[in-house]
Amino acid sequence: MIETEFTPLAASLGGALIGLASVLLMWVRGNILGATGILTGFMQPSSSADWAWRAAILAGMVTGPLVYLFIAGEFPAIQVPVSTLSMIIGGVIVGIGVTYGSGCTSGHGVCGMSRLSPRSFVATLSFMAGITVMVFVTRHIFGL
Amino acid sequence: MHLVVIYAIGLIFGLGISISGMANPAKVLNFFDFAGIWDPSLIFVMGAAILVTAPGYFLVLKRPKPVFGNGFTLPGTKLIDRRLIGGSFTFGLGWGLAGFCPGASLPVISTGNPDVLIFTASFIVGIFIARLMIQRSAQQRDAATAS
Repeated sequence: MIETEFTPLAASLGGALIGLASVLLMWVRGNILGATGILTGFMQPSSSADWAWRAAILAGMVTGPLVYLFIAGEFPAIQVPVSTLSMIIGGVIVGIGVTYGSGCTSGHGVCGMSRLSPRSFVATLSFMAGITVMVFVTRHIFGL
Repeated sequence: MHLVVIYAIGLIFGLGISISGMANPAKVLNFFDFAGIWDPSLIFVMGAAILVTAPGYFLVLKRPKPVFGNGFTLPGTKLIDRRLIGGSFTFGLGWGLAGFCPGASLPVISTGNPDVLIFTASFIVGIFIARLMIQRSAQQRDAATAS
């Protein structure tokens, strides 16, 4: 386990930017800003125009940390308290779960909740329950 | 022109993820560790994101159509079923093992952090496994109806 500092200002500013990007994408192109949906469609696009906008937004996303580096002088902190095996198994499970659940934190948690979709509300409660259970089990039962 | 605007939107999202702490597994896991070293920061990420998105969507979706394009692409289904709940709960379990979610890991690929790359590759593998599983069960259902 790694202790982390409570950072409400950075969290709120970052969250507001995530929200701003979500509103802008809906306004400009009429799409939900969900990472799962954008990536899945990028890998299996329905047309070349469909692929192009997904490629553009993904290219923008990976530029974000570089702008952060330019402003802050360092990359955003990435502290990993879990093993590589946990990262691999967790990653595969995330991929399976978001495909069956049709979305992740950005799509259901931010965009879906913001348009008061009951489906996204249920999905968000479900994945919050899943992560809470897993953190409790790994940390407090297995003591990892 | 349209693609430059979309690129800029992606950049705002990636910068937001970078500033928010969502791409820091230690912070994400501590948020859900209510019984241990709880860090409440992440509620501010989701809270601020929804406080901006909800009124923004309300205004934008009143317009007849988006700036570029013919209409808004919104999920058509309203179905709340076992697949939605089970899939989302499963996603949560994986998120709790790794500490990354898809939207947080994709932007920080550019940091070259090996854990980010391992997670992202694994979750793409997971997407393809799930698509195969869904295809197979659809074929089996078709075969069952045919016989």
